[in-house]
Amino acid sequence: MLSRVAESLFWLGRYTERAENYARFIDVNFNLSLDLPPEMTEQWSPLIMASGDQELFEKNYSNYGRENAVFFLAFDEKNPNSIINSVIRARENARQVRESISKETWEILNDLYYFVRELEKKKVWKKESAEYYKQIKYKLQLLQGIGYDTSPRTQGWYFNKLGQSLERADKTSRLLDVKYHVLLPSVEEIGSPLDFLHWNALLKSVSGFNAYCRLYGKVKPINVVEYLVLNRYFPRSILFCLISAEDSLHEISDSKRGFSNPAEKAIGNLRADLEYAEIKDVFASGLHEYLDKLQIRFNDVASCVDEQYFRIMSNSTLQEQQQ
Amino acid sequence: MAIFNQNYNSSDHFDEMFTPEGESRPTYAPFEEKLKSYTKKKLLQLQHSTDKAQMSMGMTFNVYHENKGIEKILHLDLIPRIINGKEWKILDEGLKQRITAINMFIDDIYHDQKILKDGIVPADLVLSSKDYLKPCIGLNPPKGIWCHITGSDIVRDKSGKFYVLEDNLRCPSGVSYLLENREIIKQAFPSLFSQMGVRPVSDYPSMLLNMLQNLSDKKNPTVVVLTPGIYNSAYFEHSYLAQQMGVELVSGQDMIVKDKIVYMQTTKGLKQVDVIYRRIDDTFMDPKAFNPKSMLGVPGLFEAYKAGNVAMSNAPGTGVADDKAVYAYVPRIIKYYLNEDPIIENVPTYLCSEEDDLKYVLENIEQLVVKETNAAGGYGMLIGPKAKKEEHEKFRKLIQEDPRNYIAQPTLSLSTVPTLSENGFSPRHVDLRPYILFGNTIEIIPGALTRVALVEGSLVVNSSQGGGSKDTWVLFD
Repeated sequence: MLSRVAESLFWLGRYTERAENYARFIDVNFNLSLDLPPEMTEQWSPLIMASGDQELFEKNYSNYGRENAVFFLAFDEKNPNSIINSVIRARENARQVRESISKETWEILNDLYYFVRELEKKKVWKKESAEYYKQIKYKLQLLQGIGYDTSPRTQGWYFNKLGQSLERADKTSRLLDVKYHVLLPSVEEIGSPLDFLHWNALLKSVSGFNAYCRLYGKVKPINVVEYLVLNRYFPRSILFCLISAEDSLHEISDSKRGFSNPAEKAIGNLRADLEYAEIKDVFASGLHEYLDKLQIRFNDVASCVDEQYFRIMSNSTLQEQQQ
Repeated sequence: MAIFNQNYNSSDHFDEMFTPEGESRPTYAPFEEKLKSYTKKKLLQLQHSTDKAQMSMGMTFNVYHENKGIEKILHLDLIPRIINGKEWKILDEGLKQRITAINMFIDDIYHDQKILKDGIVPADLVLSSKDYLKPCIGLNPPKGIWCHITGSDIVRDKSGKFYVLEDNLRCPSGVSYLLENREIIKQAFPSLFSQMGVRPVSDYPSMLLNMLQNLSDKKNPTVVVLTPGIYNSAYFEHSYLAQQMGVELVSGQDMIVKDKIVYMQTTKGLKQVDVIYRRIDDTFMDPKAFNPKSMLGVPGLFEAYKAGNVAMSNAPGTGVADDKAVYAYVPRIIKYYLNEDPIIENVPTYLCSEEDDLKYVLENIEQLVVKETNAAGGYGMLIGPKAKKEEHEKFRKLIQEDPRNYIAQPTLSLSTVPTLSENGFSPRHVDLRPYILFGNTIEIIPGALTRVALVEGSLVVNSSQGGGSKDTWVLFD
């Protein structure tokens, strides 16, 4: 397939996943704030920190109030990663490859675009309601579901999945990092009902609460981290995403084991590191630092993919082909 | 005509649906009979859902304003334009005749120039056209065909007679609307449609693909659609056609020319391209051969074409027959090559490059429509009777400065079709654009894009100027 088309499908996967995760973040934080004891104020700053865009936020806003934070994450067109921007870019990418995606996929994405525009017009960030973000999430899940049932499993599908998996791995790592930034009133609160509430919320935001409980029973921080980083069965855990990304790369190059290009080598190494890690390895140098390093390695994989498949072919490639 | 306004009145224009006495014409009678079961409210609801369908299908074109792209739909009116089998036969034969002659003309002016030497068409007029491409002299496109895809604009005057208003031989757009309009209208009037005996149009993409594949000698040639990109107003159509044909949609940056062979860049390396359906104008397709500033084209493409390593549709150089001054000579071109009288006539045309015509145009500009010879989309146009005095003056000056660049025609009385609005039905002016494919034979898809001027009294049907469209039903009988 055309490199440009592959690239658009890759980014379509990334942007839709990004939009869905931001919608999840907001939804869960709304819920969390409902459960807070009366004397506690809602905390929106951790979400901004975890998004990695706090510098941009602080340049444009004077405080971390709910309205500001929600607007920034969902509707601010100055924030390149906001939901609205992700949806716009997903749609632009889809538009460039309309001939390569199903009619239904395009239509639901288009519908989502007009929906988000409508919410923007209604200024819904002023309202204390999670409903809108739930709906965004559902529309994105509908998009995934339709894609799952209508897309042929050819290269294009795997580029799309690759983008989605890498993005999801990154977002799950950032979500875990939110916990690092959440301020508890004092050290004594660690392990308190409030702390417990936070870990619950985290699991719920990835739709993982029920499955977690079946596996571990009680909510314990160390188990939650293990579940979201190293579990190989939960579709939003980092390891699961990496396995899925690696599989996609192998489908694309039509190879089975090992690696046939730098992107496969980078993802294979990364996947193996997690696959053979124990939870104490994760905490050894601190969770925040561990997640930080992972995020850098996700980016390395993405650069390798870019180099391997999307950049203009050099003359040498042509000569190889002719020989 | 219960749901039609009592005062539905097309004055002295030819109305496609009603006679001046207010009776349904036979072609429309069965349709009107069935339409009676719909209330105005129901029709407005249907209209609303067709708007929504177009929006969600993304059948939009971009209008750029203050750096912000606005997406608009081409308004699709519910009431179809209906053409009976007898009328269609005239159009079908007339257009085949016309395209045959035009193709011979293009081939001639890039070879022996007999028609110029015989003085039938002034040599100067052709050779001075911006669209006459010297690098194409002596070229032989595959099978001798230059204009593979044409969309000719046809109008009807007061008497109901058809005329060709212009021939679009560069990159005629709109065929995607023809196809998608049909899908939408079929859904709006399912049972009504099935009883009308409408000829299907859905095999256009496969006809197009066959025609394109035929341009290559290879058994299984690689065909692509070349688009200027998502910012082009017809981008929807480019991706639509690529999708319907199951071929790659490429932009200039996806292709590269090496040793006069065209390749596209894929995830598995470079792949040779054999046939290009280009939706980029001649002069933009190759910065090396033509406009060096073009960012849309592929450097070296023209050389590859000349070497016979890639086929293009339409052939480079075809645009010269799209020149509105050349248009004026088409009846004589038909006579010259085919020794036949034109089946569909031209609208009388004054060439400002000819002294007598120029004098007439300057004196009568208030009654005339003035057009630039190589503009499209309703731009660079003056409608004399509707324009203000200052505009008349402005165009007199423009014409005198560059007479070759202008033609004039009498203000046409375009026919009308009932068109739905909040106030019920009103007559609105329409034109008709059938699409002609020239492959092993010439084929005309039995349907057309009917464009409608939505503003009362307006004669400008272009989408960029407030026009909409209608589904066009060509009947079996």
